[in-house]
Amino acid sequence: MSVNQISVFLENEPGKLSEFTHLLREHNIDIRALSIAEVENFGILRIIVDDSYATSTVLKNAGYVFKITPVLAVPLKDTPGGLSEVVDALGRNGINICYIYAFTARQKDKAYVVLRVEDNEKAVDVLVKNGYTPVSQEELRLDD
Amino acid sequence: MENYFQPEIECASQEQIRKWQDERLCKTVRHVYDNVAYYRERMQKKGLTPEDIKSVDDLHKLPFLTKADLRDAYPYGLLACPLRDCVRIQSTSGTTGRRVVAFYTQHDLDLWDECCARAIVAAGGTRDDVVHVCYGYGLFTGGPGLNGGSHKLGSLTLPMSSGNTDRQIQFMVDLQSTILCCTPSYALYLAESIIERGLRDKIKLKAGIFGAEAWSEEMRHDIEQKLGIKAYDIYGLTEISGPGVSFECSEQTGMHINEDNFIAEIIDPETGEVLPEGEKGELVFTSITKEAFPLLRYRTRDICVLSRKPCSCGRTHVKMSKPMGRSDDMLIVKGVNVFPSQIETVLINKGYPANYQIIVNRVKNSDTLDIQVEMTSEMFSDSMSQVTAKEKELVDALKSMLGIYATVKLVAPKTIVRSEGKAVRIIDNRKLY
Repeated sequence: MSVNQISVFLENEPGKLSEFTHLLREHNIDIRALSIAEVENFGILRIIVDDSYATSTVLKNAGYVFKITPVLAVPLKDTPGGLSEVVDALGRNGINICYIYAFTARQKDKAYVVLRVEDNEKAVDVLVKNGYTPVSQEELRLDD
Repeated sequence: MENYFQPEIECASQEQIRKWQDERLCKTVRHVYDNVAYYRERMQKKGLTPEDIKSVDDLHKLPFLTKADLRDAYPYGLLACPLRDCVRIQSTSGTTGRRVVAFYTQHDLDLWDECCARAIVAAGGTRDDVVHVCYGYGLFTGGPGLNGGSHKLGSLTLPMSSGNTDRQIQFMVDLQSTILCCTPSYALYLAESIIERGLRDKIKLKAGIFGAEAWSEEMRHDIEQKLGIKAYDIYGLTEISGPGVSFECSEQTGMHINEDNFIAEIIDPETGEVLPEGEKGELVFTSITKEAFPLLRYRTRDICVLSRKPCSCGRTHVKMSKPMGRSDDMLIVKGVNVFPSQIETVLINKGYPANYQIIVNRVKNSDTLDIQVEMTSEMFSDSMSQVTAKEKELVDALKSMLGIYATVKLVAPKTIVRSEGKAVRIIDNRKLY
């Protein structure tokens, strides 16, 4: 019920992100979703890719510091208010969202939010009860 | 006209100074031999007894003492009198959590105060002056030293301690401070703050006594111009007593060492051989009047030159040049001693790799210390708040070890250059020497 997010340490300097994207292109890795959290000197780049295992091997060989975290990718209706229903349900049940970012699916009218919460299991429970079932890594790939 | 605090001492003949030194050295050697096992054992190892030291000519026979010895002996190993006779402790920052502590009896404090009083008088001070001390107070010797000297002289003393520039300037204006005592970089910072506020004609400063860090002639000129004062250098180290081991006079061409209390030698830092007057080498001090914590042949690691050329001020005590460098890797940042090994200890304790780089800059006359550290998988997280919390933990640990604030810059793995030989750990952009 979760997908593997890869977080990568990048220095906050011109060219660092470019270097990183070149590496992925070289290895034919497809980024499905991306977000960056940054402070003055560095950033944490978070990505969801089609093949997280292959990607981690590539990053390891290239000497990047990274971390794999299971996060929830929740399909939404790509309409006004679509996100609100999901976060309302979590909020009502006392689940804090550490961070969130969105991406659209290749199918029309479909979108996802990536949710990072403290307790995946508890969040999945709440989401399912409210009619939102997070997708697995496999399912994300089938979205194509 | 030149004034002296103790003219009979400060202008004594070379013969008289030598006589004092011979007598006091013999007495001190006997004192430590009888009371400090550490010295006794080291002298015995060299086959020496106090009888072998008859005058300053025999000084070279004694073994050197280093900061490492002081740390080994922490806290009481070099104490030469009963603890109940001591009235004060001062301390320097030190590596691996072990600091160097120095002990003082009332007699020791009185002599230290006298040394500082001589420095204040040499800078034109009298009992009519208002001495504004913004060296740090506490374990650091800067504040207590100049404070004591000012008291001894009978000047009105403002024990400001460091920081709070607004209040420093306000008191300087309201209380008409005439002599400023602080680090030269803080003096320049104060000068610029005073000018910015348009208060230059509201201050009554006439002189400044600036020490605890290296400073150039250009910086002296800059401070003198901006504040309209004469700027004098002062030198000292906690191990030997604190500021006032030597001080500048009106000639401003070097610092007179208080030779009635300290014997100075210049050695080759590689071989330990004593070098003749005028040659550049490492400064070594022997304190000959202290009761609680006398040090024999203590290696300062400061590189300088001694000169006995007659001085126009009339003082006869030997002069040392401004330190021209160090024979170890110690840095002085914001007047505080910083060793790379201290930083390394903190990094390792906190789980970071010992591959780091220290970058020192002077920005707006204030030193900055930046430490580049390589990020590791163990330290990394997908959560920014977790990463920054770890970063803050490291900054706090560094602050508590070093006593000053250092910024941490986390960099990607393997970006800090690995050199084949000696690692380039320090980039000092201040060009102090």
